[in-house]
Amino acid sequence: MVPAMRTRAIAALRFLRRMLHAMSERTIVSLIYLCGVSAIIFVFGIFFFIFREGAPFLRDRFDAGEFFLTAQWFPTSETNKRYGILAMIAGTGSVTILAMLVAVPFGLGSAVFIAEFCGRTMKEVLKIMVEFLAAVPSVVWGFIGLKVMNPLIIQLTGAPTGLNTLNAGIVVGLMSVPIIVSIAEDAIRAVPDAYREAAEALGATRWQTIRRVILPAAKSGLLAAVLLGVGRAIGETMAVLMATGHADNIPFDGTFPFFHPLTSVRTLTATIASELGEAPHLDPGPDGVYSPDAHHYQVLFVIGIVLFAITFAINLIADLIVRGIRKK
Amino acid sequence: MSAQAPATAPAMFAETEFTRRKLRAQRRAARVLGLMAVAILIPLVTLLAYLVVKAAPALSWSFLTDVPRAGMREGGLWPALIGTVYLVVFSLMAAAPIGVMAGIYLNEFARENWFTRAVNLAVVNLAGVPSIVHALFGVGAFVLFANLGRSVLAASLTLAIMTLPVIIAATKEALAAVPRAFREACWNLGASRWQTIRTIVLPNSISGILTGVILEVCRAAGECAPIMYTGAIFYKSIKEGSLFPYSPTEQCMALSYHLHTISTQVPGVPDSMLYGTAVVLVGFVLVFNSAAISLRVYLRTRKKW
Repeated sequence: MVPAMRTRAIAALRFLRRMLHAMSERTIVSLIYLCGVSAIIFVFGIFFFIFREGAPFLRDRFDAGEFFLTAQWFPTSETNKRYGILAMIAGTGSVTILAMLVAVPFGLGSAVFIAEFCGRTMKEVLKIMVEFLAAVPSVVWGFIGLKVMNPLIIQLTGAPTGLNTLNAGIVVGLMSVPIIVSIAEDAIRAVPDAYREAAEALGATRWQTIRRVILPAAKSGLLAAVLLGVGRAIGETMAVLMATGHADNIPFDGTFPFFHPLTSVRTLTATIASELGEAPHLDPGPDGVYSPDAHHYQVLFVIGIVLFAITFAINLIADLIVRGIRKK
Repeated sequence: MSAQAPATAPAMFAETEFTRRKLRAQRRAARVLGLMAVAILIPLVTLLAYLVVKAAPALSWSFLTDVPRAGMREGGLWPALIGTVYLVVFSLMAAAPIGVMAGIYLNEFARENWFTRAVNLAVVNLAGVPSIVHALFGVGAFVLFANLGRSVLAASLTLAIMTLPVIIAATKEALAAVPRAFREACWNLGASRWQTIRTIVLPNSISGILTGVILEVCRAAGECAPIMYTGAIFYKSIKEGSLFPYSPTEQCMALSYHLHTISTQVPGVPDSMLYGTAVVLVGFVLVFNSAAISLRVYLRTRKKW
């Protein structure tokens, strides 16, 4: 390190320390209280600022029937602007369902294995690997969907494009596994050892104990793990933006098999991510009325409110479930 | 097993068909579950290996320190790399003090009541809100309301709020690991709450807190959605190897956003460069993650109490 930089760093540290000493007990404690409640302030802040930007749309243009129940999304049309997010809801839903088909069995299975079957070293190794899986950035997962899974899916299924629900489902599934594993493992570990001992004293094998005693006892924790996995899958942005193909389709229809995972879709999150850059942020006219061209930008914030509400509900339910266990 | 059972064993303890069946079921279950655990890790390992192999032609020291050339189709990553460092450092400056103090509040001051539950729920929620919603918040609050514009500051503050739960959780855990007796001893000597925390609790948990800080770095470096519209820029021309190319009020390039743009919006970028950028980003994140994990393992082996 350059000596000048080092002296400056040391001086900065000294200054910080002096400041800590100089601050009176009262100041620092109130600062700690303030930071303690900051999380609540931030959550309210998130809702407030998103609502603030989306409010003009809610006031002037919003029509719940059109918004939630139609699939026509023409925000930039000159003559016929339409704001229906049904296709995106279907896209988010189908990606989430596929992701959970991958993540729930594998996540819960791995959690049981890590918590009950493997030795100490193996356990450490597996947990570190799961942590690595969680650390891979979502834009890299999107890149993998784009460059690795895409040709693979074309080759295996003969679909015209590999950027579709299946691709995103697998990628997002892999991304949701770590959270399911870690919460489920916590839930399994929280089952008192006395249950295990009692079952084994009755002659049950390890597997019988797990199936008949531990899993039923950890049931609600496992449910919370799955819920949080769903929340993660719904909120995933960059990976689905790059891997779904981002096309306005609904992957469900009346023809067998009703669900077509090889359709390209778009999700709520990806729509915001791709269109926020091109939607113009316009100020209201002199009479305080926004021109219809300003609605595109605002409606993206309304989609944000929808996403916020969904994830808030999921986290709240998961928290209530987990707290229910603790009370017992 | 059955072969070793002595013939004279009482009938009661002999291995019956039933026992054998349940042991078989157990072995089968262990095998299936073990395979599941391995099955989710195989893609991780193979994908990482595949990325590195495909990136090998591009990876070199100059790939890191050179600036992009020929419309980002040649050259290196330097502006994106240093931009990510900028974002991480600035987000850390906001998130670390707030996060650590929030952790202190939750572990040392909060009582068991509805309010603490609300704070905890808010922390969980901050972690659970989709990253693109954080981006919308950043645009609404920092870019527009606070009038920071699209800048390093707006982007790092958005990242800071998003990664706050990582630091809070780690701090809480680190503080909870300090035995209560330490605090009681200190109180009995007449020390105040804050004196106890400053002289006893924090020094004994600083490495655990550091783990959280490192994890925050790793999380903030990888995020792309929150910075896309709050501060990241497509391309910016800076001097090669320059350490202070950006001012906090300007936009900067970032590795994650760079990977997104060159793989979706710039045609004709050679594959090895795309994979190279992905490998550098993953490498950046995994190095910090490994550091946090090793620190944690080291701490566990050397606990004094």
